[in-house]
Formats: sequence, C-alpha cells, structure tokens
Amino acid sequence: MRQITSDRLDATFLALADPTRRAILARLASGEATVTELAEPFAMSQPAVSKHLKVLERAGLISVGQDAQRRPRRLEGKPLAEVSAWLEQYRVAWEASFERLDGLLAELQQHAPPRSRRRRHGAPRQKRG
Amino acid sequence: MVMTIDKAEVTSPSDREVLVRRSFKAPRALVYRAYTEPALLQRWLLGPPGWAMPVCEMDVRVGGRYRWRWQSDDGQSEFGFTGTFREVESLSRLVHTEAYDPGTLGDGYPGSEALVTITFTEAGGVTTVTSLIDFGSKAARDAAVATGMTDGMEQSYQLLDRLLAE
Repeated sequence: MRQITSDRLDATFLALADPTRRAILARLASGEATVTELAEPFAMSQPAVSKHLKVLERAGLISVGQDAQRRPRRLEGKPLAEVSAWLEQYRVAWEASFERLDGLLAELQQHAPPRSRRRRHGAPRQKRG
Repeated sequence: MVMTIDKAEVTSPSDREVLVRRSFKAPRALVYRAYTEPALLQRWLLGPPGWAMPVCEMDVRVGGRYRWRWQSDDGQSEFGFTGTFREVESLSRLVHTEAYDPGTLGDGYPGSEALVTITFTEAGGVTTVTSLIDFGSKAARDAAVATGMTDGMEQSYQLLDRLLAE
C-alpha cells in the first residue's frame, strides 16, 4: 500500500471528484456496460459520457473489454480500493471527529451566546510579552 | 445520501503533505476555541468511534507545548501526539510541530516530526478550517496515512462500497 505513486493517486482523486463519474463507477460495479448503456441513465450525450470515461480510464479505474464491436467498459477495482484505503480512511477518521465538532459548536451557540457567562470554557490564558 | 454540505475534503498537494479542509456553521472565534481549549478538544477530536482522549494539555503560545493522548474504550490500546507551537495568531492561524507516539499500536514512522499549519477563515457565518500537514518526507506521509490500517483489504473494500454508494 505504501508504494502507490502520488501521480496515480492524483489521477484517481481527480477522477473521483465528479459526481457523474462516481455514478458511472457505481453503475459499472454491477457489471460491464457500453458507452450507449452508460449514457442512458444520465441524460447525457455520448461524447459527454466518453469524456468522463477517458478521465476514468486514465486513472486506471476502468478498462475497455475485449469485444471490439461493443467496447464495453468495466470497473477496475484496484486503484479505487487503494485510494479508498489510503486517503479515504484518513478522511473518514477526520470526518467522524468533525461531525462531533458540528454538534459541539451547535450546542455552544445555543447555550452560551454571552461569552462572559461561560468562564469555565474561557480562552486559555496566554502569556504575553 | 446524507445531506451534509460541509464534508471534509482531503487532498495531497505534494508528496509529503496532506491537506484537510472542513467548513463549520459557526463563528470563527468559537471554532478557534474548539481547536485550542482542552475541555472542548476532548469532546470532538476522537477519530473513529471507540476512542476517548484522556490526556489533552495545551499551552497555546509560541514555544508552548501540547500533549494529546487517546485510549481505546476497552483500555487495550493507546497512542498520542506531542508538539510545540511555532506560530500563534489568535483566531486565524496556528502552526505546530507534531510528533506521533505510536503507543501500543506499534505502527507509524518513528522519529519523524510533522509541521501542521491550521488556518481559520470566516465568511457569511461559516468558518473554514484548513490543516496542512507537512510530514517532511513522502515515506513519513504514507506511513502516517496508512496508520491504523490493521484490517487491510477487507476494510478498503468496505470503504469502496461506501464510496460507490455515495
């Protein structure tokens, strides 16, 4: 897991940054599909879908099947698994804390607008000069 | 899909860095307090469920030290971070070193120290916190991010499911 190059990760993250591309990956997770089949649920033109597919292909997230006529796209799970295991776990751990912070901030704003009454949580004393 | 407009964004701007960005619906002064007051930090800076933060000491001034230590709820595992504040601009910017103490986890990249730069900006009642973590080397960054991957591939496939379900 530690040998993944950052170029590879960058390409994967770029590919995953777009909701349409994530939806395409989700569709391919249930089996290979042609460009036409992939374009259908998205109400997008085939060239627009092809553009997304190129980004996904460059990131190694999908590949083109052997059938020369249909050229079906299929999911390549490895880069996604790598990247999800790598930064995604890190993100998930942070997000768990941040969601708690959301709750804490909401609580503090609700219960303690006048700051002077909340001595207990006063700012840490900073020595100056 | 859960509607959260403020999901954490994690990117890797360079080989040795990780950038974490998150927005909060709260004034900057309050978010800054949540990042600097031990009693508040202990309530949120906990990572995945099942961990508590029994030790949180903060001396928020240039040259001041901090010490954070987490313990699993079953008491079997612990790890921590320690460091020194290099820059303190109240409400807007904190720079501190960060040394990882693997505790009982026996993981990580011993002897390395990261430099963490946290900035707080507020616009329209929303405060955005950006943490840039410079691990000093690619090896240290990769090790830090990989820390805790004890469940290996099984965990990554669960994450893959989650990612695809978004």
